[in-house]
Amino acid sequence: MTYDETTLVSLTEDAAAIIARYPVKRSALLPMLHLVQSVDGFVSPDGIQFCAEQLELTAAEVSAVATFYTQYKRRPNGEYQVGVCTNTLCAVMGGDRIWDELSEHVGVGHDETTEDGKITLERLECNAACDYAPVMMVNWEFFDNQTPESAKQVVDDLRAGKDVAPSRGPAKVCSFTQVSRVLAGFEDGRADEDQGAGTATLAGLEAAKGQGWTEGAK
Amino acid sequence: MTATLTPVLSATWGSDKSWSLDTYTEAGGYAPLKKALGMAPGDLIQAVKDSGLRGRGGAGFPTGMKWGFLPPDDGGPRYLVVNADESEPGTCKDIPTMMSAPHQLIEGVAITSFAIGCNHAFIYLRGEVVHVYRRLLQAVREAYEAGHLGKNIHGSGFDLDVTVHAGAGAYICGEETALLDSLEGRRGQPRLKPPFPAVAGLYARPTVVNNVESVASVPAIVDKGVEWFTAMGTERSKGMGLFSLSGHVTRPGQYEAPLGITLRELLELAGGIREGHELKFWTPGGSSTPIFTQEHLDTPLDYESVGAAGSMLGTRALQLFDETTCVVRAVTRWTEFYKHESCGKCTPCREGTYWLTQILKRIEGGRGTQADIQQLLDTCDSIAGRSFCALGDGATSSIISSVTLFREEYEAHVEQGGCPFDHAASALFDYSDTPATEEAHA
Repeated sequence: MTYDETTLVSLTEDAAAIIARYPVKRSALLPMLHLVQSVDGFVSPDGIQFCAEQLELTAAEVSAVATFYTQYKRRPNGEYQVGVCTNTLCAVMGGDRIWDELSEHVGVGHDETTEDGKITLERLECNAACDYAPVMMVNWEFFDNQTPESAKQVVDDLRAGKDVAPSRGPAKVCSFTQVSRVLAGFEDGRADEDQGAGTATLAGLEAAKGQGWTEGAK
Repeated sequence: MTATLTPVLSATWGSDKSWSLDTYTEAGGYAPLKKALGMAPGDLIQAVKDSGLRGRGGAGFPTGMKWGFLPPDDGGPRYLVVNADESEPGTCKDIPTMMSAPHQLIEGVAITSFAIGCNHAFIYLRGEVVHVYRRLLQAVREAYEAGHLGKNIHGSGFDLDVTVHAGAGAYICGEETALLDSLEGRRGQPRLKPPFPAVAGLYARPTVVNNVESVASVPAIVDKGVEWFTAMGTERSKGMGLFSLSGHVTRPGQYEAPLGITLRELLELAGGIREGHELKFWTPGGSSTPIFTQEHLDTPLDYESVGAAGSMLGTRALQLFDETTCVVRAVTRWTEFYKHESCGKCTPCREGTYWLTQILKRIEGGRGTQADIQQLLDTCDSIAGRSFCALGDGATSSIISSVTLFREEYEAHVEQGGCPFDHAASALFDYSDTPATEEAHA
């Protein structure tokens, strides 16, 4: 492994904290792969070796797991993972068109990264926000009710280094490595940041109020 | 007459800082936990059995019965694992539940764990929803600080630790045994059953795997009682549920209503199909459930009625498509999804979804033959019921039902050598149906 002393010490401390969450050590593997991505920007050979040593597995066993899951990247990833949902519902509502225009605009295809290292594009499977179709995700934050124009604007702003707020979520989209650290189970203090629950989330509640229902009524 | 909505889980979603412990406690949260801790665990299980609560994750198995399947205490650990891997296309109910009111789930976890004798529970959240993870991590920390989790909870002598675990992108991990393998740090591949998780689940110990909405419904049942719950719903499908309307509908979103409500009633509340259009086809419970048409507008959305009409209630993910939508395009895309998400363990599913995709893309692209349509059905025959889990079965649902209901549309693709629909007409924004590249160079 080529990690410097400081990195290795902090990685080892974090790994210990993750392992302590589980009765059986190996359960720590998925969060530890997220952790490795938070340092290296992808699941690097060093990262695989590190996980293997910490969990008393072989590098082959760790690799076998890492290659199964789409969130683990085998090449250096862009600072922002931009996914356009092209599963049926979003695709039909316009996701296909958003994908075509965005991909053309950015100049890269599925699972490819722009030369400036900013954007990795992805054709996304359903991300459980169908009531906000068509949906785009940036580093796993929700961008609801997109159009080709709105999607291109988001990507342009990200490439220009501007802060971009999702439709629902924190005040701004964090970087791929920052978000990977959260996915390893470490809080980043942004849980109370909010862009509102969203119209579709509250649609039923609004309709219920129209029926004379009051909150807490039994 | 319009059916009545019954916001229970969604009741506080519009409140200020709805996700915080303060808001949840102010609305009466964690009182049910204290009540439950004063009850005998067996009585809690009985109450949930009596409530008729059925699994809200798709299969509809009675929740209390699942709890009751655990073998007698042998002194070793037993686990509760919450399936928060919401990934079935069309399904979008658990994510807003956890984002807006995570404490509802955590209180449900505490009560359920007490009932089944579990001291370490896990919430397996799909990894692609980072803000939901933030909210869950914070809510668990708040619950520990308030003494709702941890050692000797509220002086009851009951200890409970909760770990929120993020997955890493794999639809198959929503299948309960694949989820357990994944939680154990392995590739998420389904196990052969039996043994069922109740006997040999997480770390080969007795385990209950429940969906988010099922567990989150438990505090209200404890609080308001079995009769309150059974007063909602139909004879064998009790209680309320979140109905998720998406697609060509005026006001898409989450509508919490008694089971047995119909799509016609839900559409009335949601402003109908988008203006100037009419419903063509829809899924009652996600992409793995056979599609319905206008014929089924009045089918009560409960487990029995939807089943009798040839589909499944599933996750109540109502994806609505109007007359502009090409059914072959829709089904082809779903099939590509199953091909992508097949874990590869069982040959019929791994190979079958690959070939289904090849045939469907050929038909959709206008290069198919009439024989291909029969070949599709034959291939479905070779997949359904022949694998460890239901992913392959789900892949065949939309194909078989759409060929049955819209065979002429498949034939039209073959006869016309292409898709007869204007895809731009289906989109929710305006554009002309020329390839993006041509337009860019125009």
